[in-house]
Amino acid sequence: MVPINAVFVLGILLFFLGLFGVLFRKNLIVMLMSLELLLNGANVLLVGLGFHLRSPRGSIFALFVILMAVAEAAVGFALVLSYFRQKRTYDIDKLNELKG
Amino acid sequence: MFALIPLFPLIGALANGLLGARVFSRKGVQAVAVGSVGLSFLASAASFVKLLGGSGEAAVARLFTWIPPSPVPLAGGRTAAFSVELAFRYDSLAAVMTLVVTGVGLLIHVYSVGYMAHDRGYARFFAYLNLFTFAMLVLVLGANLAVLFIGWEGVGLCSYLLIGFWFTKESAASAGKKAFLTNRVGDFGFILGVGILLFVLGTVDLADINRLVEAGAMSPGLATAAALLLFFGATGKSAQIPLYTWLPDAMEGPTPVSALIHAATMVTAGVYMVARLHPLFTFSGFALDVIALVGAGTAVYAATMALVQFDIKRVLAYSTISQIGYMFLGLGSGAYAAGVFHLMTHAFFKGLLFLAAGSVIHALSGEQDMRKMGGLRSRIPTTYRVFLVGALAIAGVPGLSGFFSKDEILAAAFASGQTAAWALGVAGAGLTAFYIFRLIFMTFYGPERMDVETRGHVHESPPVMTVPLQILAGLSALGGFVGLPHLLGGGAWFGKFLASSTGLHEGHLAPGTEALLMALSVGVGLAGIYGAYAVYVRRGGAPAGWMKAKFRAAYRLVSGKYFVDEFYDRVVGGGVLKLGRLATAFDLKVIDGLVNGAAALSRTVSRLSMFFDAKVVDGAVDGVGTVHRAASRLLRRVQTGYVYNYALAIVSGLVIILALVVSVF
Repeated sequence: MVPINAVFVLGILLFFLGLFGVLFRKNLIVMLMSLELLLNGANVLLVGLGFHLRSPRGSIFALFVILMAVAEAAVGFALVLSYFRQKRTYDIDKLNELKG
Repeated sequence: MFALIPLFPLIGALANGLLGARVFSRKGVQAVAVGSVGLSFLASAASFVKLLGGSGEAAVARLFTWIPPSPVPLAGGRTAAFSVELAFRYDSLAAVMTLVVTGVGLLIHVYSVGYMAHDRGYARFFAYLNLFTFAMLVLVLGANLAVLFIGWEGVGLCSYLLIGFWFTKESAASAGKKAFLTNRVGDFGFILGVGILLFVLGTVDLADINRLVEAGAMSPGLATAAALLLFFGATGKSAQIPLYTWLPDAMEGPTPVSALIHAATMVTAGVYMVARLHPLFTFSGFALDVIALVGAGTAVYAATMALVQFDIKRVLAYSTISQIGYMFLGLGSGAYAAGVFHLMTHAFFKGLLFLAAGSVIHALSGEQDMRKMGGLRSRIPTTYRVFLVGALAIAGVPGLSGFFSKDEILAAAFASGQTAAWALGVAGAGLTAFYIFRLIFMTFYGPERMDVETRGHVHESPPVMTVPLQILAGLSALGGFVGLPHLLGGGAWFGKFLASSTGLHEGHLAPGTEALLMALSVGVGLAGIYGAYAVYVRRGGAPAGWMKAKFRAAYRLVSGKYFVDEFYDRVVGGGVLKLGRLATAFDLKVIDGLVNGAAALSRTVSRLSMFFDAKVVDGAVDGVGTVHRAASRLLRRVQTGYVYNYALAIVSGLVIILALVVSVF
């Protein structure tokens, strides 16, 4: 039996690791990967808490999130690929056409 | 009945004027024009027969009330109910005038059919001619001065239209203008005269005016003023001194026009008007004296100018002025019937002379200069014969119409004590005979002086022209017998017939004196004819040079037409020009100054407005833009374009919201 605190620590660690990656990494692919990490952090919490509370809802939600993450990853990588075809780079700093 | 007389020409004028050129053929135009005047002549003749058969009283036809009775203030604080009816009045004077106008008019219409045959403005010509006949008939039939004035102006208008008939020729157009403007000067006097009569008598009805004047309703001074003003109007219409200058220039019109308007009818309108208002002129003895002197003066003065003209029509034009002078001499001597008698005979023989001159011009393909004529006697014999009849009539050869009428005038002038006027008249008779036979000899006698081209084309006019000429020749020869004086076994029927309109003139001459005067004027006339013969036939050679060589200074003066045209040009025209220049200066300085000032003012105002617009309004608009730009310059720093900045913002926002949610629950 895994203690609930371990679940919290793992989930929150994964989430902030992901958040950090999204905010501060400059490579688009790494950012997308960090996003997966972030989502999975949330998933760990959902599943862990659902198990702890003897409720299936956590797992159901986690399944929804995974599904959404798949869709997000598909669209996201398609965008990254087309961006790369135009700019020949994955550097996020070059993606600043919206600068006012 | 007699109200129909002016109706037919009006219908003819409208039909030909409105439809003529488009709807009718040339034959149709002829039929309408000649037919309408013919019907009018028949109506005149029928009315005349009725007048002879009746009591001789004047008949009045009221068509409608033109100006309904309304009170007008008169001189001396009185008021009168003033009304004008559109009415015609037919009496013996109107009978004579309508017969002359429609009779001679009909012959001239027929003649025009031939004379104008090749003209492009055929329908227009006949429309004008009919309109003229209508206006002239309104003039002589009008029962009051207002209706008379319609006709008076109407004939002036038609005269203008017909003088300028060939309006593409500049001299014709300006001659028309000159005639019209000169007539307007006279009309000014005429209107003032009518105004005085209206102001004093409160009526414009001719019969009422005559009745009131005879009853002494007018002071002699006012009567003289009115009479002289009316006579001034007559000098314009009838081409007397000082307003005669338009008539010679009026010869620019087609020859039938010269015959109808500027010889037989319109120019005698002044004579008719004076005869019509004779009680007024008799009442003011002074006006009569003026008329007699002006008439006699014009008779001689115009005759001298006729002596030196080379244009065949201009000779006749000056002759017309001179002959109308005789008519006025008759009127001024109190012999109104004699003046009208001469009016009638003059209509015959001067109409004849003009039409015959037209026939000569026609034969010579348009040549009017007598220096390029000569020897036409055998080439156009019919024209020559009728021309000779007319010349003998105007020269006063016994037995022809001009003799009787001119003699009656001269006898009346002598009898009324106008000795100076009478002497001028006798001298004029000699000049008349001289210039008319100068014309005959230069045109029909001597060598042929036209160029070869023209000489080959000389031809007698067609019957449509020569038949009216022959009828007029018959009238010129025999027309005088209606006024055959007692001395020669006649009854002076013409004067008696007119007595109901113009009063009977009592000649106080002893038969011996009358015979002596007659012999004298005949002698002077024959001397004139002989003089012309001596100079222009017996001497032979070039006819142009004789007078010029003999009387150098006088010739210059006379052939320059006494430089009256130049005088009018300089004084009247120059005065008007000077006035115009003054007006121009005023216009340029004052009016234009005002306009320019207004423009400058509005320019200044608009410059201010522009300044306001540019600085204030545009400034406000630009200011809004500037403020926005400045604000957005600050704000756009936020939009870095770096994705992680936006992500950070999202996360911070999320954290804040979460914090809020947590703190609230």
